[in-house]
Amino acid sequence: MANYSTSEFRSGLKVMLDGDPCSIIENELVKPGKGQAFSRVRLRNLATGRVWDRTFKSGESLEGADVMDYDMEYLYTDGEFWHFMMVDGSFEQFAADEKAVGECIKWLKEQDKYVVTLYNGAPLSITPPNFVELEVVETDPGLKGDTAQGGTKPAKFASGASVNVPLFINIGEVLKIDTRTGEYVSRAKS
Amino acid sequence: MPDTKQSNTPIWKPSCSLEAIKTRAEVYALVRDFFYKRQVLEVETPLLSRSTATDPYLESIPASVCISQGLAACQYYLHTSPEFPMKRLLASGSGAIYTICKTFRNAETGCRHNPEFTMLEWYRPDFDMSQLMIEVNALLKEVLNYPQQALNKLSYREVFLQYLGIDPFLASDAQLICLAEEKAGYSTQSQSESPASRDDYLNVLLSICIEPFLGQSDNGEIEPVFLYGYPPSQASLAKLTQDEFGQEVAERFEVYIKGLEVANGYFELTDAKEQRIRFERDNAQRLALNLPSIPIDENLLSALHKGMPECSGVALGMDRLLMIKLNAKSIEEVISFPVTRA
Repeated sequence: MANYSTSEFRSGLKVMLDGDPCSIIENELVKPGKGQAFSRVRLRNLATGRVWDRTFKSGESLEGADVMDYDMEYLYTDGEFWHFMMVDGSFEQFAADEKAVGECIKWLKEQDKYVVTLYNGAPLSITPPNFVELEVVETDPGLKGDTAQGGTKPAKFASGASVNVPLFINIGEVLKIDTRTGEYVSRAKS
Repeated sequence: MPDTKQSNTPIWKPSCSLEAIKTRAEVYALVRDFFYKRQVLEVETPLLSRSTATDPYLESIPASVCISQGLAACQYYLHTSPEFPMKRLLASGSGAIYTICKTFRNAETGCRHNPEFTMLEWYRPDFDMSQLMIEVNALLKEVLNYPQQALNKLSYREVFLQYLGIDPFLASDAQLICLAEEKAGYSTQSQSESPASRDDYLNVLLSICIEPFLGQSDNGEIEPVFLYGYPPSQASLAKLTQDEFGQEVAERFEVYIKGLEVANGYFELTDAKEQRIRFERDNAQRLALNLPSIPIDENLLSALHKGMPECSGVALGMDRLLMIKLNAKSIEEVISFPVTRA
């Protein structure tokens, strides 16, 4: 892979740091009136999801990371791996392990599309779309008449996720959920 | 480039608001009035110069100048500060002087940097550093209207002790390296062609771990910090002296407001011989860093040799001052056409 110097650091650039692929979030020039210039860089470690704040001397370089994002359809799990398929017409399949699937596991629904990040050709992480639509499989019976305000109750989905929903929701309903916050948005429009 | 809401405006339009343009004009008027009342003379100095700063960490923008038609072009530079010609004026008997001018520093772009920016620089014959700090504070108060009364002076040693628990003059290199890695995520990569110096580590620690916290009160009010007593290796064009612990320090100060470095001042070096040594040391360092050497400004040295009055001088970044006044996150919010729109 190519090397990138601090002046080429841009949001979204993928580089290797301490042996892990990282994505640059932001890069800010720090230049004291007298003295050497630095780059204050915020990166996300793509292997762990952790955010790092690092400082580099201006002009230093990091090796690029072979990391690419692809849209893929989730197929099924065999218990050990979660299988995804390219939607570019190649039908190429990739098997993601538990570590790569991570938190996304609770949002997985067969035939839905997810972003699969490949590192050196193997799934590194799975990112769900911002909103998913899931069917309620378990919740207390809905309260008639309570349509607007009031409390919430836990509901479980087929994918395993548990989300607080309004009291009027019933088993079998399909709901729209924001995966970034894990919060109920609305009933799905069918 | 930083993402700001201005980035979405069409490229032909200014990146800053009309309010910012008006505020700039008002601040300039206020500054000129301030110095008029104090009988400090406004002067103009050339932006193009045959010499420039030797500081290895300042990159001057070269310009090819034909003095008259038919003559070969000469290498000039856009200045990085009006310091040298202003000192030549002082040595010529100008008395107290100030200038508001554009300065140029190559390859400096970011939230707080634009390669072309506006500097207010002034010199006060017979002022020591403390007297000049009082005047800087008076000017800042007039522009920013903050309530604080007493001058908030902190020494370089004090801030390192307060924020990092180390004495910057006594700490070992190993301690500095360790702290820079731990607190600022700073470690040089193996590809690095030149090893980091002790000053690099001190600069990283000051910039990342201390500076962001300087210059505001607990309830968020503006409260400028005057940092002084720098290591002699960071003296630049300041005189050296001894502090109360017998440590040699530079008579240099910097002003920080809300985490922004806004001004840098010196009790000015007047010794031509010492000045030449510092220029030559800079050029030696440039050579070691594989940077072009800079022709030494013999006119400045002649002026110092003839005799420049004892004086203090300070350079203040007007764009940053406006950023503070307007609560701007990015310098683009106070400059009409930053480098990407120029």
